[in-house]
Amino acid sequence: MSDIERHTIAVLVDNEPGVLARVIGLFSGRGYNIESLTVSAVSKDEAVSRITIVTTGTPMIIEQIKAQLDRLVPVHNVHDLTIEGAHIEREVALVKVVANGPERRESLRIADIFGATVSDTTIESFVFSLTGKPEKINSFIELMRSLGKTEIARSGVVGIARGAKAL
Amino acid sequence: MTSEPMSGAEIIIKALVDQGVEVVFGYPGGAVLPIYDALFKQNQLRHILVRHEQGAVHAAEGYARSTGKVGVVLVTSGPGATNAVTGLTDALMDSVPVVCLTGQVPTHLIGNDAFQECDTTGITRPCTKHNYLVKDKTRLAKTLHEAFYVARSGRPGPVVVDIPKDIQFAECPYVGPSNVKHKTYRPQVKGDRRKIEQAVELISKARRPVIYGGGGIINSGPKASKLFTRFVKMTGAPTTLTLMGLGALPASDERFLGMVGMHGTYEANLAMHDCDVMICVAARFDDRVTGRLDAFAPHAKKIHIDIDPTSINKNVAVDIGIVGDVASVLEEMIGIWKTEKKSVDKKAVAAWWKKIDRWRARNCLKFKTDDKLIKPQQAIKRLYELTRDRDVFISTEVGQHQMWAAQHFRFEKPNRWMTSGGLGTMGYGLPAAIGVQLAHPDALVVDIAGEASVMMNIQELGTAVQYRLPVKLFIINNEYMGMVRQWQELLHGGRYSESYSAALPDFVKLAESFGATGLRATKPDELDDVIKTMIETDGMVIADIAVDPKENCFPMIPSGAAHNEILLGPEDEAEKPVSEDGMVLV
Repeated sequence: MSDIERHTIAVLVDNEPGVLARVIGLFSGRGYNIESLTVSAVSKDEAVSRITIVTTGTPMIIEQIKAQLDRLVPVHNVHDLTIEGAHIEREVALVKVVANGPERRESLRIADIFGATVSDTTIESFVFSLTGKPEKINSFIELMRSLGKTEIARSGVVGIARGAKAL
Repeated sequence: MTSEPMSGAEIIIKALVDQGVEVVFGYPGGAVLPIYDALFKQNQLRHILVRHEQGAVHAAEGYARSTGKVGVVLVTSGPGATNAVTGLTDALMDSVPVVCLTGQVPTHLIGNDAFQECDTTGITRPCTKHNYLVKDKTRLAKTLHEAFYVARSGRPGPVVVDIPKDIQFAECPYVGPSNVKHKTYRPQVKGDRRKIEQAVELISKARRPVIYGGGGIINSGPKASKLFTRFVKMTGAPTTLTLMGLGALPASDERFLGMVGMHGTYEANLAMHDCDVMICVAARFDDRVTGRLDAFAPHAKKIHIDIDPTSINKNVAVDIGIVGDVASVLEEMIGIWKTEKKSVDKKAVAAWWKKIDRWRARNCLKFKTDDKLIKPQQAIKRLYELTRDRDVFISTEVGQHQMWAAQHFRFEKPNRWMTSGGLGTMGYGLPAAIGVQLAHPDALVVDIAGEASVMMNIQELGTAVQYRLPVKLFIINNEYMGMVRQWQELLHGGRYSESYSAALPDFVKLAESFGATGLRATKPDELDDVIKTMIETDGMVIADIAVDPKENCFPMIPSGAAHNEILLGPEDEAEKPVSEDGMVLV
């Protein structure tokens, strides 16, 4: 009953000022967790934005979070991707690694294995760019940390359902 | 349909009139001067000048709760808006429809820390149902109509419309309310038929049913209270109401067990604890109702009807949750009950009533009168008995007197009881009574107050006198913040840290200084005369009733305790000390 679950929730909202503050304020005000949150306009006229939130909580809390989001006036609809069938999650990471000698060569080799691309290079550093599931990015970052000084930028998760059905 | 261009201020007036607004509670200031100028030039809207913006919101709440209409507030930017915040939060917690217009510095100054600038939409975001900042003059009329729609639809609540001063001057054609449809906000009114059928089935099988009704019945409108009463009669189930729900079922109905919760009756709380089917109708399982959650109605299957999906399964997991307007859902339930010729298990329910009657026989609201001191319960009981032949509207402040009023004043109709339930705002009662009196000029409107609470918005006496509103301020004066003192006795060894009322005004002279009438009762044999004189005197009256300063409010379920751990009086208190877990709860 009180098992903590991780859910990815897609929220379609009116792209109006303050709408993101409403969503974030809801989470902070009611003590819910945000693991990651991304937002961008998605409709042709830019009138609708899609917010993807990864959150954790007990089933009762997750149900509350969805009901609370749905209750916000500018929210069109709320979709729990985690329970609404198969879906894809992706995240982009930019990982800077500062290293010399064998560590530098090793970082390039590992990047190749992960399918990361080199977006910037100097004699003593690389910036790798990598797209994938959050777990894949986690393990890539972990390996890079062991090779040198790192700086990480992550986009947060975006998700979409598989198949022909659109929200 | 669009019209000739008008100024933003004129658009605001027209939009309010088109929304059926008759009264606006407000206070002028620099950022709303164009609106006040437009108000000056018209005679369709009545403006009531309050003495503090918090009072404006509470007055609008009183107006709204006693009529079912949207209450309207107009305040200036900066401090005007921040002073309104407590009232807005109060309206949010108690689901009261209010539209609050706030002035704002001109759009080009927003963000520059201009004089009397504050981030009104930022500050009020968590304490409103929704809010708007109007930066485009062409959206002003539409936004106002939307604000009214949002405030009164679904679970009602406060909506702020922040209007920069340049928008109030800007000219633009007006758009009428019929041309405005909301894009996204469409609350579910009709309940899920399958779930309603399941609920009816469950109720018909109940052996120990309890109906627990809340403020949502009042908010839904008088039809909901009528249907609720019919539903109670139809099932014959023992029924309790929350603080906010009082009046949804006539108090004289034999099935009414009294209020539920922390200061509810013994019979209501024990019935909630022992029931096998609980039908929660438009209440929200507030902590003041449930007590200790893991011991709340442990044997009951629970049905919950609420228009707000977030209320369902928030505090208490229920077996059947029905999202919809309570009037619509009850109507369907009654329909199914009739067509399927359902009936309760009469024998079992009769046995259940027998048990409840034994609890009732404890007479938990009894109190001992005294020769020398007026008991606070006695003062409220006499007020009730001496006003029974009238249609009385009661507001309260917050504290012991509020709970005694809820226990001893009995309401036969909805919309007669105005109290700050969710937020517990001291200072609510006097301005709320002013709002009620404006909506019901000929009715008897009494604010049952505590002397400490009423001091928080005492300046509103000026408003009552200015508009010749015959509000009666009935002060249960025990010279303590009684509820704080009661908790200090229960939890903090009787150390009365800052909980006494020192340097109180002479309320009789205070009344007179405002041009009102002041009365005082200090002995039991003076009480009836003072009440009668208060009722018969025209205009604003303060009746200062000096009561036994040490009386405490019982029954009481201490925080962290279960319904069946209810204390009936001070003698119980010593036997059942509050748990450590309970101490940290509010």
